[in-house]
Amino acid sequence: MAKAQLMDFDKALELFEPVLGFEVHVELSTKTKMFSDAPNPAFSGNEITEPNTAITPVCLGLPGSLPVVNEQAVRYSISLGLALGCQIAPTSRFARKNYFYPDLAKNYQISQYDEPIAFEGSLEVELEDGTLVQVPIERAHMEEDAGKLTHVGGSTGRIQGAEYSLVDYNRAGVPLVEIVTKPIVGAEHRAPELAKAYVSTIRDIVRALGISEARMERGNLRCDANVSLRPRGQQQFGTRTETKNVNSLRSVERAVRYEIQRQAAILAAGGTITQETRHWHEDTGTTSPGRPKSDADDYRYFPEPDLLPVTPTAALIEELRDALPEAPAARRRRLKEEWGFSDLEFRDVVNSGLLVEVADTVAAGAAPQQARKWWTGEIARIANATDAEPASLISPAHVAEIVALVESGALTDRLARQVVEGVIAGEGSPAEVVAARGLEVVSDDGALITAVDTALASQPDVLEKIRDGKVQAAGAVIGAVMKAMGGKADAARVRELVLERAAQ
Amino acid sequence: MSEITPERVAHLAMLARIALTDDEIQKLTGELGAIVDSVAKVQQVATPDVVATSHPIPLTGGMRPDVVGETLTTEQALAGAPDHDGSRFRVTAILGEEQ
Repeated sequence: MAKAQLMDFDKALELFEPVLGFEVHVELSTKTKMFSDAPNPAFSGNEITEPNTAITPVCLGLPGSLPVVNEQAVRYSISLGLALGCQIAPTSRFARKNYFYPDLAKNYQISQYDEPIAFEGSLEVELEDGTLVQVPIERAHMEEDAGKLTHVGGSTGRIQGAEYSLVDYNRAGVPLVEIVTKPIVGAEHRAPELAKAYVSTIRDIVRALGISEARMERGNLRCDANVSLRPRGQQQFGTRTETKNVNSLRSVERAVRYEIQRQAAILAAGGTITQETRHWHEDTGTTSPGRPKSDADDYRYFPEPDLLPVTPTAALIEELRDALPEAPAARRRRLKEEWGFSDLEFRDVVNSGLLVEVADTVAAGAAPQQARKWWTGEIARIANATDAEPASLISPAHVAEIVALVESGALTDRLARQVVEGVIAGEGSPAEVVAARGLEVVSDDGALITAVDTALASQPDVLEKIRDGKVQAAGAVIGAVMKAMGGKADAARVRELVLERAAQ
Repeated sequence: MSEITPERVAHLAMLARIALTDDEIQKLTGELGAIVDSVAKVQQVATPDVVATSHPIPLTGGMRPDVVGETLTTEQALAGAPDHDGSRFRVTAILGEEQ
């Protein structure tokens, strides 16, 4: 639907109440896959670059191969379930979801169906202004990821018109937890914002648990957003659509907003919504229809006969419960206090999705205000300009190192920005960038004094003014010295020297 | 009476991507019906105190530690492939999408 045909968002909310639902897939960062001891590409410690190199007979479903459950993946799944406030099933079972599509070689996906490992939870999500919303969680279940298809031929690179497809099974069998919410009502005009906050909260949780790398741009965290509208006053839910392929926090928010406006326009014109999956297009900010639900969507689930039920002991569940990190909302309250940030400063960090980065940078030794300044300033600016996630550009440890260099006087802010740029460009660690680009501040007073004397000599009128006590006139000389030093001098020290030398 | 109807057999065949003739559908309707009816007799002896099971042996657990093992080489992986491009399996473009 062209943007012009969409209903105005406020108007849509006047006529209809939005109901949301989310399915979030989290790739766990275990060393091996869910049912095979093949290296897991979703764990960055495994360096896998070539297609079909991280696979075993289990990943290909070769005859005679048998799946065996990864114990660590079960522990991670229980931890995640607990963090979502879920109950953990004393017995849960795997099931086969049967479908024919070459992204899995077995013609079925091992998932969980009527006996998921975690169910009936609730997650506290904080909106931008600090409002807390409880999102009801229906279940969190374990399953395996599918392989990657590349469609070749045709003009668009998409399935339509493709001549054939190439399959890489490296991702097949990566451990996944799928988190499914119950219908979320009452979000009203904040529905798009809640969508973003919900996914962001899940991301913070899995990162804090250390169970996923949670990089949306890499598909570690994927969100399908269900949206339906019901006319004001109606009890029954409307027909929903499921938008897939929403791979950034900003897209989640935009996709929900778009679907509300699109569906409202159709309904208000007397049309009906087709129950279907829709694809999100980042470039145009629109969704397009995928496949309608059909007879073929009949997965004939049945219990996986190759696997035993998962029966975590009560002791294990309690051990994992005790080891849970603080809940995100409680953690935010504590950090805000510890860092001494104003409401505005703190919200700026949270809303930029940079809380984890700032916290890690502080943990690496940086002063909180400095950590905040770099992440929400220079790094966010570069991320915005290059359409990247800030966290993918530079590590908290490197930011802390840069902050330390500024504090020790080895770098000025201006030089530090160049170091940030160098690190992001892949030139190495901050120390390496400083050395390679020659960015160290000139701390040798001898060289500075020579430059100061030269500058004072070339501006005798300024020298006179300084000697007359017009200290602010020193600015011109400081500027000249900084220029002569190529910016690699500490302005405060230069100022001291200018006043000192002028007095002589 | 069996719950297996010709319509159901045709639907299952479609799901399994198996082309069946009408004669085959008729024949299978009878055969599958007999199998389902036989298995259904178990329900007559299953009392409420018998827990549902998906496995003949009452085992649980059986998990493995998270330790990387041997993988196939690309050549081994592709050895049984009907077609490939040297590193990836090559399949007919199928109208569909990830589930």
